[in-house]
Amino acid sequence: MGAHHDHDPHRAAPADGRALRLGIGGPVGSGKTALTAALCRVLRDELELAVVTNDIYTTEDADFLRREAVLPDDRIAAVRTGACPHTAIRDDISANLDAVEALEARHGRLDLVIVESGGDNLTALFSRGLADRQVFVLDVAGGDDVPRKGGLGVAAANLLVVNKTDLAPLVGSDLDVMARDAARVRDGRPVAFTSLRERPDAPEVASWLREVMRARRHGHEGVHETATAP
Amino acid sequence: MNASLLLLADSRLPAGGHAHSGGLEPAVAAGAVTDVDELADFLRGRLATAGLVAAALAAAACAALADRTEGGPGWAGLDREADARTPSPAQRRASRAQGRSLLRVARAAWPHSSLDALGSAAPDGPHHPLVLGAAAASAGGGPADAAAIAAYGAVTGPASAAVRLLGLDPLAVNRALAALAPRVDAVAAEAAGCARGPWSGLPAPSAPLLDLHAENHLRSDLRLFES
Repeated sequence: MGAHHDHDPHRAAPADGRALRLGIGGPVGSGKTALTAALCRVLRDELELAVVTNDIYTTEDADFLRREAVLPDDRIAAVRTGACPHTAIRDDISANLDAVEALEARHGRLDLVIVESGGDNLTALFSRGLADRQVFVLDVAGGDDVPRKGGLGVAAANLLVVNKTDLAPLVGSDLDVMARDAARVRDGRPVAFTSLRERPDAPEVASWLREVMRARRHGHEGVHETATAP
Repeated sequence: MNASLLLLADSRLPAGGHAHSGGLEPAVAAGAVTDVDELADFLRGRLATAGLVAAALAAAACAALADRTEGGPGWAGLDREADARTPSPAQRRASRAQGRSLLRVARAAWPHSSLDALGSAAPDGPHHPLVLGAAAASAGGGPADAAAIAAYGAVTGPASAAVRLLGLDPLAVNRALAALAPRVDAVAAEAAGCARGPWSGLPAPSAPLLDLHAENHLRSDLRLFES
């Protein structure tokens, strides 16, 4: 990634009107699957939805989503990543594209396909060939210095989610510091503070996503809105 | 080999290979591969069986495309030959999944009407060696190139998976691969020699243990690799 992204080769609003592909990335245990489940529960009556999970070891995340019955089983697909979660979303996206296209072929017109990454480090970033928009999920228990450390995911995702705010007083994390550091490295791109335990419907993220979908429907989606390095 | 063919042989080609271990992961799970020496044994066995079959199929696909007359090669016939040489359903699925991924990048990199035809000939995706052979032809290579890339990939894929799964010393693994190189060349030459014979006569050595491993892998609770 460099800073020169005047030309975005990815079709941000394809003429065929295919589903918006939303990547959700972040470290292990930050709440990616909980956020995916929340978005499915909140949006499944408004949108035609499907999910691809990338598990490092097992199909645990897909199994969790099926168990929670957030979507019918045949709208959830699992991809294995050969011990390289970032490779599957960035360098070699073919297995994920395969899964997304299979879901689209099976269900006809979809509005939104969520691709949940396997837990990864702070440098993980979805390829533009796979995700039109991406969310990066951190949690406060990972340390309040994480936004300051930056990394591609923290800095460049279209939305940064800082989850588990309910734990902040217990683990000594300062939310103000996290907000200030995130704003600095993200150059004005939005940050949402969530507690999926206290508010399992993730209203902040759902309303951001609704706005993305609305802008897309009305053709306001600029090609420069995709994730870019700072 | 021209630079296009080097791209095709490169493990960084985004063709989904990183998620497949070529049967190495279930072999590790079964305790059959624990160190570099056992890995070298595994790779020798795989090269002589699955490696030779893949190299011969790739060479035949490449030759069929190069010699194409009107109408193009009958991909369905060669696809059946690949099926017949891949008794494990899990391995057939893995081959077709990797074939789909390779076809995707091959069509982007080396557009050719025969690659499109290959895609529509097999709805679940064409077998990987067929796509490799067709891609090699589209990239300006011949059957010997296709066979070499297939035989090479038959050992480098599992070797890379072993480095990740067992934490083996990558330098020692590459020493083992270098020692194996003359055998890779020999398998590629044997495969290329069959490229223009009748497809039914392509080599068909089998590796029952690899087949069983592939099937057992699907029932494993913990697995990092698709196959």
